Amino acid sequence: MCPALLVLDSSTLVHLSPVDLVIIVFYFALVLTIGLYLKEQANTGEDFFMAGREMTAWVAGLAFLSANLGSLELMGWAGNAYKYGILAAHWYWIGAIPAMLFLALVMMPFYHICKTHSVPGYLKLRFGSGSQTLASISFALMTVLMSGINMYAMAVVMRVVLGWNIHISILVSSVTVAIYVALGGLRSAIFNEVLQFFLIWAGSLLIPILGLIEAGGWRGLQAKILQNLTEQHVPNPGAYTHLWSTLGDFGNNPMGINWVGIVFGLGAVISMGYWTTDFLVVQRVLAAKDLSSAKLAPIIGAAFKMMVPFIVILPGLLGLALLRDPHTGNLLRLVPADVAWSDAGRAQGLHSFDEVLPLMLARYCGPGLLGLGITALIAGFMSGMAGNVSAFATVWTYDIYGALINKHASDGSKVRMGRWCTLLGVAVSIGTAYLVMNAQSIMDYVQALFSFFIAPLFGTVILGMLWKRATAAGGFWGLFAGITSSVGMYAWVKLDPAAVKYVALSSQAQDQAQNMFRALWCWLICVAVTVVVSLLTKPKTDAELTSLVYGLTPIPHEEKASIFHSPVFWGVVVAIVFVILQIIFW
Amino acid sequence: MKSGGSLSIWFFIGLSLAVNGAVIFARGIYELVSPPEHPVVLYTLHANIWWGGVLLILGVFFSLRFAPWRERARMAGTS
Repeated sequence: MCPALLVLDSSTLVHLSPVDLVIIVFYFALVLTIGLYLKEQANTGEDFFMAGREMTAWVAGLAFLSANLGSLELMGWAGNAYKYGILAAHWYWIGAIPAMLFLALVMMPFYHICKTHSVPGYLKLRFGSGSQTLASISFALMTVLMSGINMYAMAVVMRVVLGWNIHISILVSSVTVAIYVALGGLRSAIFNEVLQFFLIWAGSLLIPILGLIEAGGWRGLQAKILQNLTEQHVPNPGAYTHLWSTLGDFGNNPMGINWVGIVFGLGAVISMGYWTTDFLVVQRVLAAKDLSSAKLAPIIGAAFKMMVPFIVILPGLLGLALLRDPHTGNLLRLVPADVAWSDAGRAQGLHSFDEVLPLMLARYCGPGLLGLGITALIAGFMSGMAGNVSAFATVWTYDIYGALINKHASDGSKVRMGRWCTLLGVAVSIGTAYLVMNAQSIMDYVQALFSFFIAPLFGTVILGMLWKRATAAGGFWGLFAGITSSVGMYAWVKLDPAAVKYVALSSQAQDQAQNMFRALWCWLICVAVTVVVSLLTKPKTDAELTSLVYGLTPIPHEEKASIFHSPVFWGVVVAIVFVILQIIFW
Repeated sequence: MKSGGSLSIWFFIGLSLAVNGAVIFARGIYELVSPPEHPVVLYTLHANIWWGGVLLILGVFFSLRFAPWRERARMAGTS
């Protein structure tokens, strides 16, 4: 274990007052109370794993978004905004909104009608148990590993920002999540995610408001960023405040990417894969009470997702414009985490990119507001972790335990298994956190590993839903080829860094750009293999594909409702606002 | 959405916002009387007073609108 992480020192970013502690303790007490209160409503499998399928569109939609709003999402993307400028907003706009609308209007009817309990469950119905097993084992494994990595990173930030002991941070937050999810199942996770959604906004919204006042509005912010970056001789400083105009060439922007990578790699593959097939988020929408709510939920999530850059990307940009060393008055330049958290970096008082959000929090928020801001970060971590462990428990119980180990498990034994899996998921996450603490390079590999599955899984699911000729063998081998090709490309670049010019089409491509192009290629390979193998193998009959494939599934008519309750209407409204935002920040 | 009992998620959210808002608002009033030695940037805007006030009002609204007794009355009326 790294000894530096165990030592408390007084040079933390912020110091909490008793008022702040009252707010944080009240938050923990409230989430545990909710878990205890909901324990009695989690007796059957449908209750525990699907929250009784009785969530309204608003609750499912806010939980859908909140499960993705982990603290690392907040701090990490604020740090990326500092590093890459407004280009980071692509991950919230083109990297989310089209996919969420596609999920709502095209894919939700199939998920809802076939009454699946999970995405691997849909694969079983459509392609058979081979694809289900491959998808469920990879998802279960990666989910708990990622949860542990998030837990570790969160604890390190809490240590750096607040001086909290890393072990106590890990134990207190993860045990709290374990208790409320194990007691109340998905219903408790969703309840708390909605609560956490409000706390995240309440604790974060002041930073951009006060920051814009200090910077002199958006124009003042742009001018300050341009001036600061020019002073520091950063190439293409104007690229930091323009979303699209610098994407014509790889070398014109700080990310080393072009519009093809953003539109096709991010918008068409990675984001579609994440928002439509990652069970962590899809599970929240599957809990909706009816088809109309299931379609409206992702649209509500999309509307709020469009606003998240206001509390995540804007603080990163404000950091570029406003942060100065309090002692010298010079511009404060943030650095990568490995530099900032090294012994030399700590001795020089360096801060990492990921610390930009806490730095801005400390800048504007005094006692009370600071406690609420820290609560927002903790709430973000806990909502993300609850999402991970509840999804893990469902996939393990239904797609691994119920499908491979005990095919005749009763409903009661599945609930018991779900509760134990929740605890097991948290325990494995804690173990992963400590593993990463001993060997930090593992973090890079596991994060990359997670990305290997998303794009091919989307290729398999979308072909399964839209193309009735896709066969079981095609689905399995397409998914397998997509995953292995992604791993192969990753290994190729690791062994020979010069290969990046083939994988990402440019030797200037940064990590994010490489991820985009690798996803694009492996998705194309998955689709191509699925098509070829399917054409060579025997398809299922139309009768077997009813409720699973577009064109063979009668979509039930929704009740006559006013236009203001129509998912299509709100989908169009969100799409129009999305386009307007792209033009404004072009 | 209700839990199957009489407490709505919106009630819990209201409770949380109201308590946090009250604490932050009270701290803001205290700082008005006794200014801090090391004020934050833009301290003169007294963000804790107006932000705490906004949270308090929202919280009280949600708490009353979705209070357990009103939910019980509504459920009794629809059953």
